[in-house]
Amino acid sequence: MATQLIQLTGVSKNYRKGRETVRVLDGISLGIDKGDFVGLMGPSGSGKTTLLNLLGGLDKPTEGLVEVDGRVISALSPGALAKWRSSNIGFIFQFYNLLPVLTAARNVALPLLLTSLPASRRKQHVNTALQLVGLTERASHYPRELSGGQEQRVAIARAIVSDPPILLCDEPTGDLDRSTADEIMDLLQRLNRDYGKTIVMVTHDPRAASFAHRVLHLDKGELGAPPEETPGAPGGTSP
Amino acid sequence: MFGWLTQTAALAALNLRSLPRRPGAAAVAMSGIAALTGVFAGVLSMASGFEKTMEGSGQEDVALVLRSGSTAELNSRFSSEQADVIRYAPGIVRDAAGEPRVSSELFWIVNAVGKSSGTEANVALRGIQPAGYALRKGYRLAEGREFTPGRFELIAGRGARNQFAGLEPGQMIRFGKTEWLVTGVFEAGGSVFESELWCDVNVLQSAYQLGSGFQVVRAQVDGAAGRARLEEALDGDQRLAVDVWSEEQFYSEQAEDTTALIRVIGIPISVLMAIGAIFATLNAMYASIAARARELATLRALGFGSLPAALATLLESVALALLGGVLGCAIAWLALNGFQASTLASSFSQVVFNFAVTPDLLAQGVTAALVVGLVGGVFPAVRAAMAPVTVALREL
Amino acid sequence: MNRFTLIWRNLWRKPIRTVFTMLAVLVVFFLFTVLEGLRIALSLSDVGIEAQERLLTSHKVSLIMMLPAAYQSRIARLPGVAAVSHGTWFGGRYQDNPEFAQYPVVAEEYLALNPEIKLSSAQRQAWLANRGGAIVGRPVASQYGWEVGDRVPLRSSIWTRNNGSNVWEFDIEGIFDDTDAGMNAGVVLFHYDYFDEARAFGKGTVGWYVSKGDGSMPIENLMASIDAEFENSPAETKTNTEAAFAQEYAQQFGNIGLIVTLILSAVVFMILLVTGHTMAQSVRERIHEMGVLKTLGFTSGSIFRLTVLEGLLLILPVGILAMALGRAALAFVSGAMGAMFPAGLHVGTQSVVLGLALMLAVSLGSVLPPVIRALKLDIVALLRTA
Repeated sequence: MATQLIQLTGVSKNYRKGRETVRVLDGISLGIDKGDFVGLMGPSGSGKTTLLNLLGGLDKPTEGLVEVDGRVISALSPGALAKWRSSNIGFIFQFYNLLPVLTAARNVALPLLLTSLPASRRKQHVNTALQLVGLTERASHYPRELSGGQEQRVAIARAIVSDPPILLCDEPTGDLDRSTADEIMDLLQRLNRDYGKTIVMVTHDPRAASFAHRVLHLDKGELGAPPEETPGAPGGTSP
Repeated sequence: MFGWLTQTAALAALNLRSLPRRPGAAAVAMSGIAALTGVFAGVLSMASGFEKTMEGSGQEDVALVLRSGSTAELNSRFSSEQADVIRYAPGIVRDAAGEPRVSSELFWIVNAVGKSSGTEANVALRGIQPAGYALRKGYRLAEGREFTPGRFELIAGRGARNQFAGLEPGQMIRFGKTEWLVTGVFEAGGSVFESELWCDVNVLQSAYQLGSGFQVVRAQVDGAAGRARLEEALDGDQRLAVDVWSEEQFYSEQAEDTTALIRVIGIPISVLMAIGAIFATLNAMYASIAARARELATLRALGFGSLPAALATLLESVALALLGGVLGCAIAWLALNGFQASTLASSFSQVVFNFAVTPDLLAQGVTAALVVGLVGGVFPAVRAAMAPVTVALREL
Repeated sequence: MNRFTLIWRNLWRKPIRTVFTMLAVLVVFFLFTVLEGLRIALSLSDVGIEAQERLLTSHKVSLIMMLPAAYQSRIARLPGVAAVSHGTWFGGRYQDNPEFAQYPVVAEEYLALNPEIKLSSAQRQAWLANRGGAIVGRPVASQYGWEVGDRVPLRSSIWTRNNGSNVWEFDIEGIFDDTDAGMNAGVVLFHYDYFDEARAFGKGTVGWYVSKGDGSMPIENLMASIDAEFENSPAETKTNTEAAFAQEYAQQFGNIGLIVTLILSAVVFMILLVTGHTMAQSVRERIHEMGVLKTLGFTSGSIFRLTVLEGLLLILPVGILAMALGRAALAFVSGAMGAMFPAGLHVGTQSVVLGLALMLAVSLGSVLPPVIRALKLDIVALLRTA
């Protein structure tokens, strides 16, 4: 359990904004264990999403190394990175990012297009994923026919359908009401606990963060000590 | 809330003001309609230009005598004796000296080289008698001098000179075995005669061994009554088998085949293009509504009615169509009006004519554009009116 | 669910837009095909192989001037000439229909020189046996509903009969096919002897000579030697291949044809721009989704292929259908107007290739720029576009 699945070493990220260079992340070193559930908090513009993008290989650090499972992903070519992503990372976004032209089941099946699985196996995977998020009966609905929470559950099903070890969540409950948010967090917790998914989740919401094993605070591009009030686990979240 | 008319005006103004913010869709709808209108006006201006040239050629008070059954000068033939009989027939106007105003003519075809095509084309070489000049409305010598009777000299119509090589005054041009001197250029009120070359009819007879006969007799008559008298006299004459035509009618019949062909091809094509333009407009208008869905929904939420929303959308489409139509007409007018072209007419010779983009055609073109705008706007307008406010607000 | 499902679903993202775009494409390529057919027919560029080898000798001054019948034997004697015959423009029309081609000819000679005229031997015998008989190309026969055994009147705008009438009657003895689909396809042929005897004037003259070389000398030399034979005679001649002759004739309409072609290509171009704009817009609308696909592990290459295939799917099937419909329309028109378009209205491989190239140009031209621009952006930028 103590293997470091994700290892960041001295990672910095600069963006050019007009003529200025903005340093979004500044020398971050961080290790995340396999099976960990990490919450990432911090004010707007603190670099949370950038850090998540670096972990997912959507972006490359200006300096430093991003290693996942012993591989330096920051050195991979775009093509190799895409392939790596398809089998290692599941993304979950605040606004779900489902394709409006596809049904829930087909949205979920999307990542499987990148595999060589036969059609029957694909179907099986999709069904399993939808079952896991509890949306089997909505399989043939289009995103516009689903509620926000259902859409997010489809997005989670899509993220796990190719069984990646890592789930990266960017404000997964940011657009949802409280009780729906709790359902989504329960689901993520279950994925972490029962299926061993390593989860890194950016959030604003202390309530969501409380589901994580540990919470990192990012401020002005640096990992800092948590502010005074460490969020405690609210009631009703333990099974 | 204020009345639907005011609402419509307010919404339409809002729509139109937002046009510059979405130039792509607007330009697309406009250019499709502009193309349609341009072609519509262009094709029809060709037909109307040809028609104008042909119809402007004939005069009501000039009678054309052709061999019975001939529908063209080319196929007609008389002996000189027959021509003389016609010359002194009743109904023909005489001049001060008592001479009938008659020109017995030959209509011959020679090959000249087209300036733009570089290939040979049939050009009419007409032999006339001295009275022939006055029988053409608007005849005027524009350059040089008239041909000298008895010599191998000719004058060229302005259109012929512009379209074919070697017809500048002072140049020699060879048709077959004979070389001709071009002595001048004439105008004839934009008529078909400006496509011809004129020479002395007796010289033409001898140049190509045509004998002493003629093909057509042109005579000034005293209106329709005079023509009727001439016809009656000639019909009763055993020595002749001829038809008497009003020159005006003769040339408008000659125009029919060609203009009919242009219209038969041009109009179905314009209709098909209009259908294409309607689809393009529909797309552009749906895009326009989609781009403004939130705006529309907000306005609807503020209390604007659905009828004004629909009408404003329709107005926008019609406005775009109108702009496109005017643009297309302007292009057609600038590019084509007065453009000179020539084609083989039913006289088997080249007729030079100018495209005529008439106000009439422009009005028709703009009307067609408006129809496209209306049809292309109706469905999107219904869509704009039907969209439930909440859905529209949520969708963006 | 496979990649095609994804393409297909994307294609129908906005069904109304897709349908209208397809309909516009349908109209444009239908028009394109029909106009190509007309353009080819009017340019008479499709005259057939035989016409490239046959020579046509006419009066040098003008096509309307007649040549003495005696020239035939002089041409026949020239070295290099294998066979010679003649034809004359009759200028007839049937009822109120437009004038079309009829020639009085010497039957045996003319058929020998025009092997593309396929006539059954029974009909051939019947025609040869009937002085007042005529044979007719199938397109004309079917337009006017003529059958073998019919007696049809033709009114000539040129030739009057001895009795003063210009209506001539002929017995249809045969209906032939022109395997070249060339200039003979829609002609009425009848006997010169009968014609010459019955006409009121111009006896002993013919309109033009048609001849064929025996292959012993280049065709240019043969043309020159025919014209040299009649130099300085009262009727000098001009000889050309039948194909060149037809094209020169068509050029006389050229001015109009060219203008029509120009106007219409401008229009086709513009409607295609309109279509292209719509397609480009549809690609631009989903730049964000391209970012999402990339986070799922789709490569730029596979997104590129998906989008390009979608563009092709929007244009090609409908475009091809439109061209097929256009061809059907052309076939219908040439059936209904056989006398005007005896060789039929066709579009050849060249036009089909041109049409396909246009389709490719529109779909690629509209899809490639936005997709390439989008794929140049990194995923973060793609995801940030709303």
